[in-house]
Amino acid sequence: MAKEFQKGKMVPVPSHSIVPERDVDQMPVLECSHLGIDFGGLTAVNELNLTIGRTEIAGLIGPNGAGKTTVFNLLTKVYQPTRGTILLNGKDTHGMSTTQVNRAGIARTFQNIRLFTNLTVEDNVRIGLHNQVRYPMWDGVFRLPQFWKQEKVAHEKAMELLSIFHMEDLAQHQAGSLPYGAQRRLEIVRALATNPRLLLLDEPAAGMNPSETHDLMENIIKIRDTFHIAIMLIEHDMNLVMGICEGICVLNFGEVIAKGTSEEIQRNPKVIEAYLGSGKKGG
Amino acid sequence: MMKQLSPARKRLLDNALTYGIVIVAYLVLQLMSNAELLSSTLEGQLIPICAYVIMAVSLNLVVGISGELSLGHAGFMSVGAFSGVVATVALQQVIPMDSLRLVAALAVGAVMAGFAGFIIGIPVLRLRGDYLAIVTLAFGEIIKNVINCLYIGVDENGIHFATSQAALVLAEGGKAVVKGPMGASGYSKLSSFTAGFILVLITLAIVLNLVHSRAGRAILALRDNRIAAESVGISATKYKMMAFVTSAVLAGAAGALYALSFGSIAAKKFDFNASILVLVFVVLGGLGNIRGSVIAAALLVVLPELLREFYDYRMLVYAIILILVMLLTNSIGIRQFLAQRFSRVGRILSKRAMKGVEN
Repeated sequence: MAKEFQKGKMVPVPSHSIVPERDVDQMPVLECSHLGIDFGGLTAVNELNLTIGRTEIAGLIGPNGAGKTTVFNLLTKVYQPTRGTILLNGKDTHGMSTTQVNRAGIARTFQNIRLFTNLTVEDNVRIGLHNQVRYPMWDGVFRLPQFWKQEKVAHEKAMELLSIFHMEDLAQHQAGSLPYGAQRRLEIVRALATNPRLLLLDEPAAGMNPSETHDLMENIIKIRDTFHIAIMLIEHDMNLVMGICEGICVLNFGEVIAKGTSEEIQRNPKVIEAYLGSGKKGG
Repeated sequence: MMKQLSPARKRLLDNALTYGIVIVAYLVLQLMSNAELLSSTLEGQLIPICAYVIMAVSLNLVVGISGELSLGHAGFMSVGAFSGVVATVALQQVIPMDSLRLVAALAVGAVMAGFAGFIIGIPVLRLRGDYLAIVTLAFGEIIKNVINCLYIGVDENGIHFATSQAALVLAEGGKAVVKGPMGASGYSKLSSFTAGFILVLITLAIVLNLVHSRAGRAILALRDNRIAAESVGISATKYKMMAFVTSAVLAGAAGALYALSFGSIAAKKFDFNASILVLVFVVLGGLGNIRGSVIAAALLVVLPELLREFYDYRMLVYAIILILVMLLTNSIGIRQFLAQRFSRVGRILSKRAMKGVEN
């Protein structure tokens, strides 16, 4: 099962960061500089510089409470950053709301799953398609031709997206009644439905068994190759992170302590000290 | 076990059942009314029943489907009622035909209430939970008190507004329609049971179609999980406002229908108690359950009339019935007991109970 996943060669870019060689001529999907946020007197994230290539699979790791999810919340504007800039496709996201950032191209999943539990699996995906398949409210209220046409398109697109994880048969089930792993997969499908340029996955493998995790790794690569998007993930499963992440960023107490490829991270003494402890665990 | 239906088909049957109940109830009541089997008090309740059914369904859109507790729904009803009344008087010459004038009055009531809903929605929808509830309560009272000191007259030059009887100067042949605390009077009763029935059907169509469309899914998504909904690009402000204004529009039409079924109407009729009454219909019928709202509103409007025999204890019995129904529909034990006895009804009830537990 320990299949090697193909990873791109990482090369340096002007912003003192590295991106996969194939993305080096293109504008990075995300460039954060000096990003930081304070909650009262507490600095949760400080001086975060991050560059993610157009089709990179990036990892964000660190011990519990390091501020990883806070970084995701900053990128998606659940929190407005206190300092620094976030460039999405070269465009500053300053002052944007969560909704606007999503329309600009960032989609995410949540650590504690946030599905629309009372709705069906298909409706969850259709809600993800909200800005992709559109028609005015009136067409819905009066059931005008546009309604029927677009609802059909939405149904087909939803089914197509669900087929990534072979979930078509679950389409009419209530989202809250799905097993844990399927809920995580549905959240990824819902995020993909918004047609993002950058997909943020917050602990996608949490609660999955090794074989499910392996399938997930294959699927993450498949998603990147099918949709040509960048993916950044937070994960505690080191097999997953070291297996598929091209560039890895390590956070501790809100500060970046190391950046690089999986080999570099595994050798970095600071990481070993802060995150992997005495070296008994990990790899 | 029953054969599993696909949700789309089940929803279609569900909606058909809702429309069916309304249509059958209308036909039965209309036939009874023609055969003079209805008591005169019940006969007089027919249009208010329609108005309150519309109120309950529209409030359910905000409270049940959009998930925001609103305590000022009667305010929109009164905006619709008074603007509808003024419209009928002002349009007396322009549209001599009664039924057309009723349609115009309902439309004016709906638009004015929708406008009020939009203005009030701007500050109110910035709040959440209990705060939103309290502020809607305040706005409901403000609307009532504003109308309480408003004098509106109609003459050949158009519509005149004033804040006191003396300030209302009308030309020869002009007519004061709304007289502050005295309310509106001296207009013709245009509403009919059939008009009310048609309005109920339109309301049901609007709300049910809205819920099962792109906009409705966005509203449901915001209720279920606001952060997740925003993360997939749904604008909370826009869709909360859509639900709020649609609800106000329908309440306005209901208000016009209600006011035009009486010869006179006063603002104090649409006080806090009226808002709570409608909320009781919604909660009793089930949050988000449109058919429940229809049934609860119709039964509870009639109930005090049916309890006329125990006149002195009428409200006491009414309250006890409310408490019993609430206990019955909310206790999981009782629902499971019912599930064993009456499998069909019980299954629905216990399913809802389980859903309640999950939430």
